Amino acid sequence: MNIDDLYQELIIDHGTDPRNCHVLNNANHEFEGFNPLCGDKVHVYVLVENDIISDVSFTNKGCAISTASASIMTEILKGKTINAAQDIFKQFQHLLTSEEAAGASLGKLAALVGVRKFPSRVKCATLAWHTFQQALNVRENHG
Amino acid sequence: MDTNSYIAKIRSNFPALNTKVNNHPLIYLDNAATSQKPQQVIDAISKYYATINSNIHRGVHFLSETATEIYEQTRQKIQNTINAKFSQECIFVRGTTEAINLVASSFGQKFVQQRDEILISVMEHHSNIVPWKLLCERTGAKLTIIPITETGELDLTGLDALLKPNTKIVAISHVSNSLGTINPIKQIIQQAHAKNIPVLIDGAQALPHLKVDVQDLDCDFYVGSAHKCYAPMGAGLLYGKRAWLEKMPPYQGGGNMILQVTFDKITYNELPYKFEAGTPSVADVIGWGAAIDYLQQLDYAIIAQHEHDLYAYAMQKLSAIDGIKFYGKAKNKIGIISFTLENIHPHDIGTIANEYGVAIRTGHHCNMPLMDFFGIPGTARASLAMYNVNSDIDQLCWVLNKTQQIFHRHQK
Repeated sequence: MNIDDLYQELIIDHGTDPRNCHVLNNANHEFEGFNPLCGDKVHVYVLVENDIISDVSFTNKGCAISTASASIMTEILKGKTINAAQDIFKQFQHLLTSEEAAGASLGKLAALVGVRKFPSRVKCATLAWHTFQQALNVRENHG
Repeated sequence: MDTNSYIAKIRSNFPALNTKVNNHPLIYLDNAATSQKPQQVIDAISKYYATINSNIHRGVHFLSETATEIYEQTRQKIQNTINAKFSQECIFVRGTTEAINLVASSFGQKFVQQRDEILISVMEHHSNIVPWKLLCERTGAKLTIIPITETGELDLTGLDALLKPNTKIVAISHVSNSLGTINPIKQIIQQAHAKNIPVLIDGAQALPHLKVDVQDLDCDFYVGSAHKCYAPMGAGLLYGKRAWLEKMPPYQGGGNMILQVTFDKITYNELPYKFEAGTPSVADVIGWGAAIDYLQQLDYAIIAQHEHDLYAYAMQKLSAIDGIKFYGKAKNKIGIISFTLENIHPHDIGTIANEYGVAIRTGHHCNMPLMDFFGIPGTARASLAMYNVNSDIDQLCWVLNKTQQIFHRHQK
């Protein structure tokens, strides 16, 4: 494991050119997550319809790892049920804190596996996910 | 001996500089966070615990008397270092943070009331913001702020208007921990004193690099930490003019800070003990004394010139890097270099630098209001010490170029 495994092509790509990186005006869940250790911020917007994540986006100020993680997260979550999303998050957390290889269901998220060798950066990779969870917990905004 | 050999000799006194990081030699450029310690300091701490460990003051046995003597000798060494008039004006605390909290709490309790003002600046470290903010919340006083310029210098054009009849204290850093700016504190002190307002100087970043003379400055309080001055963590200094310290109530209660205790009445101890409740970090204070001895036998002129030249070399080399932007361009500054690389977050720079053994600090450096001023989440910061050499800078530049390669390869 070295620095090139952490900063893989896919991470740099999503980290410097993130997908779904905008405000979602018709979101019915949103939350702003903050990492006080580094000052990174991410705002996650989710549109949930009939228990399905019809759309999800984010805006942020953060490093390549946290930006790439948020970007890949939005790609993966779109169209998933809430339960499926929770399941992916659990697998992703496990991936970052264990020695096991990534399961196929994680898709592009597996590219973040390098983070596990950089303990101070694990929070960067999970910030968007924790924020997504918090967004779901926030009461639906009918305004 | 030429400067290079002289610095090489100094380097050999710092064992931590031999550490390997990811199979690369450590390049330690995080000295503003804490400096490394010379073997002489490590030995002094070890010797204290191995031979004279005991609690100081009031002991009648050999160990306690010896430890007390060396502890109090350190107070005199510090008095000499900062040219305090009386050794009782030098209070041992855990560090800069505790010293500022002590003053905010004790001075605040006695002298600060609702509608009073406390004047600080945009570039203060959180430790010179939060204790005052807490005091304001307790008393209903207000925090007022000296602005800064784009070059990272205090904007003192409006200072006179900010020094109001209800301004009770000015608290300002001697040197900025993010920008390296050396502030014109003597001028600020004079202007404040013209209106009878006392001034606290946060000297955390100045003590390791500048000669400090508290009588010449005429500051009312001067605070700093041992661990940034090649000395141990866990010891720090509160210098206060005796007249102020005598008027101020104790900060913490406990052993050593009293003369007499009954359940009806307590008589406080004299200075400096009034502010030194409980068992201090004796070993760390003694280690600080050893650091002062160590620094004293060095040639200050050579070191000052070396630090100056090293900073100039660093700026020349770093300026050549594509997309680098510096924060803190004061004319009068020390070797603290804050920068960003275009489109690359400081944390990514720090992680990649670490991979190649280069220790820099990244983030907000406990200066969130300052980062807000510049509209950035943080910077990468390389901070120099006397034992750094040109090749450290070369390795930093190499790793910054490497960072750019990693980030830009997919844009080929």
